[in-house]
Amino acid sequence: MSREYETVIGLEVHVELATKTKIFCGCSTAFGGAPNTHTCPVCTGMPGSLPVLNRQVVEYAMAVGLAANCSINRYCRFDRKNYFYPDNPQNYQISQLYLPVCRDGSVEIETPAGKKTVGIHEIHMEEDAGKLIHDEWGDCSLVDYNRSGVPLIEIVSEPDMRSAEEVIAYLEKLRMMIQYLGASDCKLNEGSMRADVNLSVRRAGEEAFGTRTEMKNLNSFKAIARAIENEKNRQIDLLEEGKKVIQETRRWDDVKEYSYAMRSKEDAQDYRYFPEPDLVPLEISEEWIEAVKSRQPEFQPEKMQRYKKEYGLPDYDAQILTGSKYLADFFEAVTELCKKPKKVSNWLMGETMRLLKEQEMEPEDISFSPENLAKLIELTEEGSINGTVAKEVFEQIFAKDVDPVSYVEEQGLKTVNDAGELRNIILQVIKDNPRSVADYQNGKEKAIGFLVGQTMKAMKGKANPGMVNQILRELL
Amino acid sequence: MKEIRTFTARKLAEKIKQKEISVAEAVQAALEQIGSVEGEINSFVTLDEEGAMKQAARIQKEIDSGELRGPLAGVPAAVKDNLCVEGLPATCSSRILENFVPPYTAEAVLNLKKAGAVILGKTNMDEFAMGSTTETSAFGITRNPWNTDYVPGGSSGGSCAAVAAGECFYALGSDTGGSIRQPASFCGVTGLKPTYGTVSRYGLIAYGSSLDQIGPVAKDVADCAAILEAIASYDKKDSTSLNRKDRDFTAALKDDVKGMKIGIPRDYLGEGLEPDIKAAVLAAAKALEEKGAFVEEFDLSLVEYVVPAYYVIACAEASSNLARFDGVKYGYRSREFEGLHQMYKKSRSEGFGPEVKRRIMLGSFVLSSGYYDAYYLKALRTKALIKQAFDRAFETYDVILGPVAPATAPEIGKSLSDPLKMYLGDIYTVSVNLAGLPAMTLPCGLDEKGLPIGLQLIGDCFQEKKILTAAYAYEQTREWKNCNIQEVSA
Repeated sequence: MSREYETVIGLEVHVELATKTKIFCGCSTAFGGAPNTHTCPVCTGMPGSLPVLNRQVVEYAMAVGLAANCSINRYCRFDRKNYFYPDNPQNYQISQLYLPVCRDGSVEIETPAGKKTVGIHEIHMEEDAGKLIHDEWGDCSLVDYNRSGVPLIEIVSEPDMRSAEEVIAYLEKLRMMIQYLGASDCKLNEGSMRADVNLSVRRAGEEAFGTRTEMKNLNSFKAIARAIENEKNRQIDLLEEGKKVIQETRRWDDVKEYSYAMRSKEDAQDYRYFPEPDLVPLEISEEWIEAVKSRQPEFQPEKMQRYKKEYGLPDYDAQILTGSKYLADFFEAVTELCKKPKKVSNWLMGETMRLLKEQEMEPEDISFSPENLAKLIELTEEGSINGTVAKEVFEQIFAKDVDPVSYVEEQGLKTVNDAGELRNIILQVIKDNPRSVADYQNGKEKAIGFLVGQTMKAMKGKANPGMVNQILRELL
Repeated sequence: MKEIRTFTARKLAEKIKQKEISVAEAVQAALEQIGSVEGEINSFVTLDEEGAMKQAARIQKEIDSGELRGPLAGVPAAVKDNLCVEGLPATCSSRILENFVPPYTAEAVLNLKKAGAVILGKTNMDEFAMGSTTETSAFGITRNPWNTDYVPGGSSGGSCAAVAAGECFYALGSDTGGSIRQPASFCGVTGLKPTYGTVSRYGLIAYGSSLDQIGPVAKDVADCAAILEAIASYDKKDSTSLNRKDRDFTAALKDDVKGMKIGIPRDYLGEGLEPDIKAAVLAAAKALEEKGAFVEEFDLSLVEYVVPAYYVIACAEASSNLARFDGVKYGYRSREFEGLHQMYKKSRSEGFGPEVKRRIMLGSFVLSSGYYDAYYLKALRTKALIKQAFDRAFETYDVILGPVAPATAPEIGKSLSDPLKMYLGDIYTVSVNLAGLPAMTLPCGLDEKGLPIGLQLIGDCFQEKKILTAAYAYEQTREWKNCNIQEVSA
């Protein structure tokens, strides 16, 4: 049934910018300060205070816009969005409605279905609100204005996406781009990247858009995918039942996998936008745009080419590593130390990715130091530990950032290279496994593998498997 | 002591410098006068006698050591209550800010302190500067020192009455649509509204952000120039602040208007203007002409649109600026309420007075969806046209001369019942704010009731010096060179 319908999706993505200070005052944007310690008269809405624009916010917005092929509005302006809520100290948010900083861009995405271009309608700058803390015991609500005035950009896409896969590909592309720019860490779970999904359905082949809903409270890619699937089906069911989709804002509950209506268009607030009189219009010169362009970093395609050329990495490795700015930076840091790019790549793409996935973490959550991975690679290269031990040690590095050299020492994991000790153990193994010995001698090559395994077991994995193999063959 | 309070600010500073008078004596003289007339006039919302004496001691030391030598050093002044002074309440004459003590000082006041001012206290005003009579104050009306049955004008009525009554030597006011010029004219003192962006608005509790400017209220033109020179500054904390290089306003105090071209808008002399005012204003023009200025009448045009355009823009901005007064963070919060929405509603309903509510409602209406284009955008376009009309006029004239208001001060209690009529009284002042121009007012006579009449001089943007020169030259011809201190007669 749903094949007869097409899903139309547009995204509003909020990204918290990585500036040191807030958008309209000099307060710190650092996360986690004691409540109301990163505040001043401006970001707490004291009477008589005035906003002053942080130029770095404009630079980041321009950098993101340029990376997303937007045109920069040489003359842009801020507007006030008026609404009452205690997390909003002035009871208006300074945002951009009429003349946003960037317009008409696009990003290319790739899904199994192929390549596609998603249009960017606009990017505008605005300020974040404070945080409300509801004190159940004290029967009151408290406000923390540390986040008030933290700079945000809102990236508004065209309704160009048709599936959850495309939405995720678009978000991953945006995130990668913005992380490459250093404009934000884009963590969905911490709220430094937030996506609202505008979705409607229409019968296949129809030109006109259906009535859309806006979905909020989506804190992970998985939640976004689930919410899209759920909302698509909800709207199709309504239409199939001959009912109408109501234009409304809905809130996603990812635990219940269910959304509920927050407010409909009818009771939508009138924000009474008007030009912010406390800020002068922003005039962006051609020189400023050029300066920002000249500072744009090496993005993924160039980095990928460089990795193949400079480090001799295969296509696949280069693509995975450059897929995350953090992973790429990490790779370069470890390689710089141990000069073994392919080994570093193997550790990152193999064990690191496996553990990240297992623990539902992102590359930016990596907490161990490049130094310790480099040391581990050196330990394996010089034959001090074997592959099995190395994996075991790596798990410790991944979890606790242990120093592999001292860890191997303390735990006595060093490979035993003493031929005399090995020889004694192997003799015992031969004695204990007469059948396998006979099998081998009768030409069953495989049987030696079992004997190597038994020896390793007796050595608690610390033996050099090459050496075990060699001695066994000698003795048999 | 009695003599001290008749001095202009500059004369007092000179006597202090010569050690004829100490700063403490100057403060004492002001406090004594306050003690004797304040019960009648009610210029002040907050008096800081103790703080003033402490400031006096500190400033005296700085004068004695030679650190402070400016033309205002040691002179006691008052500040309108919408300007923040750290540690003193800033109420804007509103219940909703009754207990609000700002943790910082407005840039203009900081500049004044650097010039050696002693801040005596905060002056009464129309609530949030909304009004033309100082009768909308939540803390009682201020009376006109010339005749206490009359209002002092507004919204800087407290500042102007305090200067007129000799309670301070000068004061700061704010002017959004005439709030310095109109009460200065009603109280027979001299006031100046600078070019938008000349004085930092940081620490001024906003009414209409795109129109508000802080300016001096003083006893004569030279004091106004000196005060403006002290408070004007480029302030990075105010994005609309201008980095002007021509802040030597006192250099314009020359008795020379030879060849100056002065235009009188014919539209300002028509119906509705009291004959006494028309006669006094034209006599002032004549005096300037006799000194060599070229004076003629011209058509400014658009005058009938200025009041509606002003009220739409000012109220729109005010409706948003005053949204922060919600009982959440500071100021008045209703004692009993159920839930957030009721807390907002009751706090604001109980905290704001009727004129403020009227303007918040008007402003919210003109910004609401469906009405924005018809009202707010149209008002912005009108504003641009008004600016163009002034631009054309200033191609010909150096200074525009006219009345400040169609009438002299009204009797207490006669204005608030007909707000529309009250708003129309702003017809000669609001266009100056819409166009961002500098303008000043100085006394040019008395009407048949014995109430002061003000002369308004308007300059092109950045041309404060031209209006100061014209005002100074006219002042030399006037019979009373600086405002007589009014002996309050109950």
